[in-house]
Amino acid sequence: MSEKVIVCFFVLSLMAFNTIANESIATLRGQTSLSNEATPPLMEKVENRDIKRKRNYPMQPPTIPHKINNYQVDLKTNKCLTCHSRKYTEQSQAPMISVTHYMDRDGNFLADVSPRRYFCKQCHVTQTVATPLVDNSFMDIDDILKAERNQR
Amino acid sequence: MINKIKHYWLVMRRPSVHYSLGFLTMGGFLMGIIFWGGFNTALEFTNTEEFCTGCHEMRNNVYQELQQTIHFSNRSGVRAKCSDCHVPHDWTDKLARKMQASKEVWGKLFGTINTREKFEEKRRELAEHEWARFKSNDSLECRNCHNFEYMDFTSQSKRAAKQHSTALAKGEKTCIDCHKGIAHQLPDMTGVEGW
Repeated sequence: MSEKVIVCFFVLSLMAFNTIANESIATLRGQTSLSNEATPPLMEKVENRDIKRKRNYPMQPPTIPHKINNYQVDLKTNKCLTCHSRKYTEQSQAPMISVTHYMDRDGNFLADVSPRRYFCKQCHVTQTVATPLVDNSFMDIDDILKAERNQR
Repeated sequence: MINKIKHYWLVMRRPSVHYSLGFLTMGGFLMGIIFWGGFNTALEFTNTEEFCTGCHEMRNNVYQELQQTIHFSNRSGVRAKCSDCHVPHDWTDKLARKMQASKEVWGKLFGTINTREKFEEKRRELAEHEWARFKSNDSLECRNCHNFEYMDFTSQSKRAAKQHSTALAKGEKTCIDCHKGIAHQLPDMTGVEGW
């Protein structure tokens, strides 16, 4: 008897969870039914203001404040490094990639960019003015500390 | 041999016996139009995109790459075709370039770049030819459309305005110095100045 109840409860809660999940997915993809292709939203423009953005936490890879359309980054060449590498920062006045990019995984300094840091877009990304599709509850560490101090 | 030349020289010198002066001048004029027009039409035909992409070497390599770039597809629909960048627009320079290009016929006949691997192997060399050409004519083919005199720095991004109003304005640099690989993929750039 009690086993049956537990199983029933389990199945019901799973179904409830499923409907909630379905609803949240439905809001992301709009009201189009699963069998149809939704019209994709317009692509937002990439911000191109050349103004540094604040980092949300100290280790965050800085975002790219300009367009990078068709920048070639492959084994043949790296367009980003024609401004941001150590050699060219004087003439370009662009920020130099940080010293960690010249280190191998054992912390030894290399003459040129480390292969493991070569593909810029793995960490650094451009930003658009699009409104976020999902809420973000991220809090700046300063705000957390301030809230904690106020509680005391 | 010398007698033959002498004979033809005499024929050319002597006034015509059978044809009237009117016929000869009008005929010469008409034939001039036909031959000149035909020559120019043929020359212009070799400038079309259909002609360039008629060979798989161009169609499968560089033409595919061009299609991803702003010079092929963009918001206003103005686009550059092969000859806009690779052939000078004024007549004497165009003819000189066309004569140079006869080497490409050789390359086609002997299959110098008839596979992707061969093309990739040659990419740096071919690119260097084009960079050298742009460098020596002060990026003339760029400037046929992108006229420095009419550039509005205020509607350029900060970085662009800075470079264009200094290095380019002073003539220290020309378009190709910074804008390499904007229409096609770059070769291995090891050792290229600025890369």
